[in-house]
This record gives sequence, structure tokens and C-alpha cells, in this order.
Amino acid sequence: MSANGRYLRIAAGLVVIAALIAIPANFNRYGLFILSQWAVMTIAAMGLNLTLGYAGQVSLAQGAFVGVGAYASAILTTHGWPLPAALGVSILTSFIIGWLLGYPALRVQHHYLAFVTLAFSTLAFLVFRNESWLTGGIYGISNIPRPHIFGFATNKPLPFYYLCLGSLAIVSLAVWWLIRSPWGRAFMSLRENPLRAQSLGVDTRRYTLMAFAIGSALGGVAGGLYAPLTQYIDPVPFNLSLSLDLLMMVIVGGSGFFFGPFLGAMIAVLLPEWLRFTQGYYLMLYAIAVIVLLIWSPTGILGILDRFLANRRTKTASALRAVAKSRLETVQ
Amino acid sequence: MASLLDLLVAGLATGAIYALVAVGFTLLWQTSQTINFAQGEFVMLPAFLMLAAMHAGAPFWLAIVIGILLSMILLGLAFKMLLVDPMLRHGVLPLAIATMALAIGMKEAVKQFFSAEASPFPSIVPTNDISVFGHVISLQSLGVFVVAILAVMGLTALLNRTSLGHQMQAAAQNPTVARIIGVPVERMILLTFLINAVLVALASLLITPIYLAKFSSGEVLGQAAFIAAIVGGFNQVRGAIAGGLLIGVLDNLSAAYVSTQYRAAVPLIFLIVIILFRPQGLLGRSEERTV
Repeated sequence: MSANGRYLRIAAGLVVIAALIAIPANFNRYGLFILSQWAVMTIAAMGLNLTLGYAGQVSLAQGAFVGVGAYASAILTTHGWPLPAALGVSILTSFIIGWLLGYPALRVQHHYLAFVTLAFSTLAFLVFRNESWLTGGIYGISNIPRPHIFGFATNKPLPFYYLCLGSLAIVSLAVWWLIRSPWGRAFMSLRENPLRAQSLGVDTRRYTLMAFAIGSALGGVAGGLYAPLTQYIDPVPFNLSLSLDLLMMVIVGGSGFFFGPFLGAMIAVLLPEWLRFTQGYYLMLYAIAVIVLLIWSPTGILGILDRFLANRRTKTASALRAVAKSRLETVQ
Repeated sequence: MASLLDLLVAGLATGAIYALVAVGFTLLWQTSQTINFAQGEFVMLPAFLMLAAMHAGAPFWLAIVIGILLSMILLGLAFKMLLVDPMLRHGVLPLAIATMALAIGMKEAVKQFFSAEASPFPSIVPTNDISVFGHVISLQSLGVFVVAILAVMGLTALLNRTSLGHQMQAAAQNPTVARIIGVPVERMILLTFLINAVLVALASLLITPIYLAKFSSGEVLGQAAFIAAIVGGFNQVRGAIAGGLLIGVLDNLSAAYVSTQYRAAVPLIFLIVIILFRPQGLLGRSEERTV
């Protein structure tokens, strides 16, 4: 990658960030709600991307961790805790539960692991629904307050959107740093070849548990923000289909790519809204779009881009080689 | 509270239906590594196809035939050609995700083109109760159980006793060698998809009179069949049968004796325990670890 390309990418990134800050300022309530939801779901999908995309551990339970985070934050903030403290508890709770869920991954892999996590996800839903002394049962928890951050009230949709966007930025930086650290490389070694990783001295046991715990903790962050976003939570949004949706976001965006979850969440949250003009057909069209995309590119949207760039690089390289070869021939 | 006998009969009846669905599920896994997350929706759809045929004026028996044929075309042939074939070589996960999207699409399509409400569905077995040794037993449960078990036994006989069945097993176990000895592997794989379509159509025919035809009714059923398949053994037809019956009985007993709120939890906890301590399932063979 040349220096030019690097500047181009940084410039493009800055434009996108500026657009995310500036454009929604004139959005209405609903538009801001959808965008905030996108930011929250991106955080959850980034967590799953860490577990699945980088560490290669299939999890169908990310939605349950969003639920754990949401309930922790909802219960504590309605009891007068400030959001940052509640968020801390959300993160810690989902980290610990995620750590425990990692233990089955030490024994079984692939589809078996998917089924264990799927069962966990449904169990978590049953607990949300049935333990009404804690979670309010099917009536849920209402009147969840929105926080004051550094003295700024975030009751209005716009400030709260900025809170979600800011959290997304912090999480993105943390994940960016994590996957470039030795930890990130250890995660990828779990995905590529766990046996070899182990023989090279990577503590696969610890990293497998960590991959689950950190991914789940990010689900907890997303949940902790989801509760004040909707200001009312009940068990329904956290059933198995949320976990499946999050998995779809990661795969559709491009699993194992840093920006995959951003695109995947965009498609899962925004595409149905854009298709709303088709009325009853919008979810059907969404499903068809996902299937067609996956048939076309099983590695997701970023997989297409990746193949395109790789192609171009091969072409440039072979052009250079041809030039060098002809030069060599003229010299001779 | 219903008597233990009633619970057992009802449990075996639903369990036999789970077994039908779970057998189809394991067949798809064995022959083409397809984890079909839309299997529950596959059971939901044929009932609506049959209802649509009846609305068009067909008598019940003709509607059943049309429903089974249409589901063979849609859920067997089209599913294989349009979804599984293009995606198979890219691994298990993208295909599994695509079937999740398919499940959403099927639910929405039925909701949109048919109805969001639950519709009643005629039963093919008598619905009255009979008295056996002073116990009242639901004839419907008994009939469902008998029909489902006959279907499963027929399938097992096909797989184990006919040349066709042996060819299918060979295609599933080792496609390369099967091809060398002259088994038309592609045709055998297509056949398993068609068999799965017939099984889900049959399950649909049996279960819909009990739970009504609703666009969302596949969710619970799909998950139950899933659990049944894994508990019994993901790579064994007889495992799926045992798993189906076991989960059906467990489900009904835990509803009565544990708590109705957590009835769904018992099979799930059972599933987790099975996977952790006997991942190949109760009757399954273990899959070798490849390096």
C-alpha cells in the first residue's frame, strides 16, 4: 500500500466520521433512534466479530449478552445509579458469564459449540421472562432514565445519539488496538490452527476463554446503552433471533474484517428501514438480499472488496514484472 | 393434572413428530453438511400449501398430495439447487446463515401472502378419545404416533434394506469412494433433499391439526427437532429417532412436574449436558478430529 493510498483512507475515514457527526443534526426523532440503534448494534456485532471472526469460536449467544447488559443497566439506573457505573456492572456481568460460556468451547467446537451457545441463549431468555422479581417478567422495566454525561443531559435524541456514537468510537479504538496487539494475533492463531498455536506456546485455553469473555463484554456494553436508548425493555428483543441477527450482521459485513460489523449492522438495521416503502414485503426483501449476497460472496461485503483489491494488486504486480522483464530483454 | 399415562402418550406423539423432523435434519447434515436453521419453517410451510390447495377447491386428500409434491419441489429441489449447491463449497457457516435468512423470508412470505392469524387445519387421524382399561387416551395422539413411527420405520427400511438406501449411505459416508464404485452421488444427495421435503410435509400434516397453522409455528418446532437431532446423535438416523421421542416425552413431563415456566429449559439443559459429556450424542459415532 503506497503512502497515497494511506492518506486517501485516512481522509475517507475522517469524511465518514464528520458525516456521522454533522448530518444527523437535522434528523427527526425516529431517524436518530435508528442511527443510535445502528451504533449500539455495531458494538455488539464487534464483540461477536472478535469471538467469531478473529478467534473462530462460533457463538449464537451474543443477543443474550446484550440482554444481560440491558437488564443490568436498566435495573441499576432505575434504582438511581448513574449510567457509567451501571455500564461497568453490565460489562463485568457479561464478561464473567461470557468467560463461563467459554468453558464448553474448550471441549467442543464448530456446530456443537453453536448449539451449546444457542441453548444458553434460549435459557437466558427464559430467565429474563420468568424471574419477574428481578426483571419485571413479561411487563419488563419502563421509565429507564437517560444519563447526564459531564453535566450534559442526554434526554433528547440528538445528545443521546452522540453518546452512542462516542461509545462506538471508544469501543472501535479499543478493538483496533486489541487485534493489533499480541492478543489479537493469539486470537487469530486459535482460528487458523489451534493445535499449532498450542505447540508454539500460545495458551489456547486462556485465549479461548478470553475471546468469549471480551466478545460478550462488548455485548454487555451494547446492552447497557440499549436500555437507556429505548427507555423500556422486555424479554422479547433479547430472544434467540437477536443472536441470529447479530451473527448475520457479522457474516454479511465480513467476518474477521475490522469494518465488517459496521457494514453488517448497517444492512441489518438500516436496510429494512429503507425498504419500508414496500410495506409488508420489506423483511422478505431483506431476507432475499442477504441470501443473494451470501451466494455471491460467502465472505460478506468486505470479502468482495478484499478480492477486488487482491486482484488489482496481482495485476499491478504482474504489470511491473512485465515491464522489468522487457527492460531486461532490451538490455540483453 | 393429567395422568402419567396421558403425558407419556402425548409426549410420544409429539416426540414422534420431532423425530420425523430431526431425521430430515440429520440426513441433510450427513449428505451435504447443511445445518438447516429453516427446518422448523420447512414444517410450517406445507400446511399452508395444503390449505391454499383446499381454498382453491381441492378435496382434502388431493390437497395433501399437492402439498407434498409442492414441498418436494420447493423445499427439496429448489432449496438444493438455488441455495445449497452454490454455497456448499464455501463452508458450513455461510450456508447456515443463509438458511437463517431463508427462515425469516419464509415466515414473512406466509404472513404476507396468506395470513398472520392462526388457521385451523383438518386432522387426518380421528380426534376423539378412546378408553383403554379405564384410561381415557387421546386417539389423535395415538394416531399421530403410529403414522410418524410407520414413516420413520419405512425410511429406515429404505436406508438399510434396499440397494438405493445403501447407495445413499455410501454417498453420505464417503462421496469419493462411492463415486469410484459407481454410486451416482449427486442423485443420491438430491434424493435426501427430496426425502427431507416429504418428511417435513408429513410432520406438517400431523402437527398442524394440534397447534394450528401459523406463520411463526416453525420456531419452536425447529428448535425441538434441532435438540432432538443433537441429543440422539447428529450423524445417525436412529439417534435422531431416539432423540425425538426422548425430547417429546421430556418436554411433556417437565411441563407437568417441573414448572410450566421453565418447561422449555429442561430439554436445553439436557442438551448442554449431552454436548459437554457425550458430544457425539446418545447413539452417535464420534467424529474424528482432524489436524
